Amino acid sequence: MAELREELKEKIIEQLSLEDVEVSEIGDDDSLFGDGLGLDSIDALELIVLLEKDYGIKLKDPKEGKAIFESIGVMADYIAKNRTK
Amino acid sequence: MRKVYLASDNIISPLGFSSEENIEHIRSNQTGIKKVNDSTIWSEPFFGAVIENDKLSETWKEISNDSYTKLEKMMLLSISKLLVKNHELDINKCGIIISTTKGNIDSLGSNDTKEKAYLASVAKTIQQYFSLSKTPIVLSNACISGGLAIAIGKRMLQSGLYDDMVVVGGDLLSEFTLSGFYSFQAVSSKPCKPFCKNRTGISLGEAAASVWLSVYKKQNATNIQISGDASANDANHISGPSRTGEGLYISIEKALKESGLTSDQIDYVSAHGTATPFNDEMEAIAFNRAKLQNVPVNSLKGYYGHTLGASALIESIVARHCLINNELFASIGFEELGVSQPINVIKENTPLQLNRVLKTASGFGGCNVALVIEKVIS
Amino acid sequence: MKKEEYYILDYCTIKNHSIFKNGNLIYSDTESETLKGFAKSIYKFLGLSYPKFHKMDNLCKLGFLASEVLIKDNVKLDEDTALVLSNKASSLDTDRKHQESIQDREDFFPSPAVFVYTLPNIIMGEISIKNKLKSENAFFISEEFDTELMYTYSKILLNTEKASSVICGWVDLDTNKYDVFLAFLSKKGKIKLTKEELNKLYNQ
Repeated sequence: MAELREELKEKIIEQLSLEDVEVSEIGDDDSLFGDGLGLDSIDALELIVLLEKDYGIKLKDPKEGKAIFESIGVMADYIAKNRTK
Repeated sequence: MRKVYLASDNIISPLGFSSEENIEHIRSNQTGIKKVNDSTIWSEPFFGAVIENDKLSETWKEISNDSYTKLEKMMLLSISKLLVKNHELDINKCGIIISTTKGNIDSLGSNDTKEKAYLASVAKTIQQYFSLSKTPIVLSNACISGGLAIAIGKRMLQSGLYDDMVVVGGDLLSEFTLSGFYSFQAVSSKPCKPFCKNRTGISLGEAAASVWLSVYKKQNATNIQISGDASANDANHISGPSRTGEGLYISIEKALKESGLTSDQIDYVSAHGTATPFNDEMEAIAFNRAKLQNVPVNSLKGYYGHTLGASALIESIVARHCLINNELFASIGFEELGVSQPINVIKENTPLQLNRVLKTASGFGGCNVALVIEKVIS
Repeated sequence: MKKEEYYILDYCTIKNHSIFKNGNLIYSDTESETLKGFAKSIYKFLGLSYPKFHKMDNLCKLGFLASEVLIKDNVKLDEDTALVLSNKASSLDTDRKHQESIQDREDFFPSPAVFVYTLPNIIMGEISIKNKLKSENAFFISEEFDTELMYTYSKILLNTEKASSVICGWVDLDTNKYDVFLAFLSKKGKIKLTKEELNKLYNQ
């Protein structure tokens, strides 16, 4: 699980062009949106694509994303449970 | 300041190839949005408003044997029909503005045609076809392009650059844009439902349209004037509409000010109404800030889908005809109000004495435009 | 309609791995191998701290950086400063990226972060957000820099008081070939705003 979390942090930095952020700066429980990493609505959509492309998870309702993308920890748990690739 | 009139127009859309045909279909509340089964656009059936290729080719053959792209045919046909209707209009003496967001974007996927994807190629085609001495101006300003092109045309006429201008707009329903809006989770799985509680996103459409803007009044006709216009940026987010409707509100206020009117003198608002949750909510907020909440409002996206660079142009044309005919059209797809602020969505066609219309549009990049379109009362 | 005198207060050019303000070289970077790297080195040189920058596509980065250099020494911009930009290749640089992501139906993953940049006017959105401009925007497409259009339309906005000042220019990017020129038009300045002058500065 720790591995998956690190992998996610790297992917998020790369995919969302967070050039000024280091993997070590993202805590497992930091919130990704709002005051945490400050991600926005396009980032949320990009994370939905990431789930599908890299882990084969297709969200039925994009609104589900809100809960899943709360933090790296929550996201990793969800992926571990639902991944198809 | 010189006055500017919307002298004549044409619409090429799934609802017909003349403005009159289009109005007739809207009047009978027929939509151009259908379930589309076209694997060249999308692997699965989807709801959209497409122009049938066969019908377009057939009509095209009546005026030319030369081969052009679909969008070029739509735009050339629209201008040609405008010219046939108005013999006194000399296209070589007009300023011309082309409004398009993506032009021949369907040409991008293939090596043989990718040069066509440059937007200026549309201008060159139109220039060559009509043997124009000057290259038309191309405006590409996201979803407000068509409305902004009218505003810019008006401003150019008022500055004395020309006496007449033709604004032509067009965009395709392509895999390119559809896939993008799908990635935005913004495409409705049913025909779109602007301002409705049950709205789930946009339906895309394709169309071309043209208007003749003139500083001259027409004799023995109802003259329709553009008496105010303004555009303003939200300065908020590149894709998310402003939560306060800031840019749209500023545009409305400035356009009203220029026309010397107040919001209570507006008889009808032709909104953008894309049917995404955030856009419609933003518009409702801006309309309330501008004290337009009681004015009858509709979105024509339920008839045409979102035709991008053509949409605000088409909607301005329909507004012109509503003013001439004194009628309001139902905002189809609408059932129950689904925005947090009250607005007066038109539920059924209504005959009504109309003198002044406000047309608005908003788009990606935070852009907004407002036009005040007025009947000249003699 | 007002008929005041207007001036070109400042202008900025990005070409050949270098960025110039008012004709003077302010930064050059011949080492970066990619446009992305070049843009980032200008960003660092300017001492900017604006995370949104990294999310922009290359076309927006170029337009954004030129606007930053253009207005660097100015006091806060008036929110009625209009943006009148133009180019040849529209957003084709990013359009091609989006097209690539949908070219293969078996590997079909369009990216929202890419798609949002498939419109040329997004540059003006980015500049407006950074500088809180709630102004007139227009993006024109032409084969080459259309001095006549830029001059005429900017003058119309100023004369009709639809704008207090105007940033006009050319921000073009096509497969790593770029050409950027922005001019700040206002009531003050030393260079009188004429078509000839605007053309001369663009070609400088």
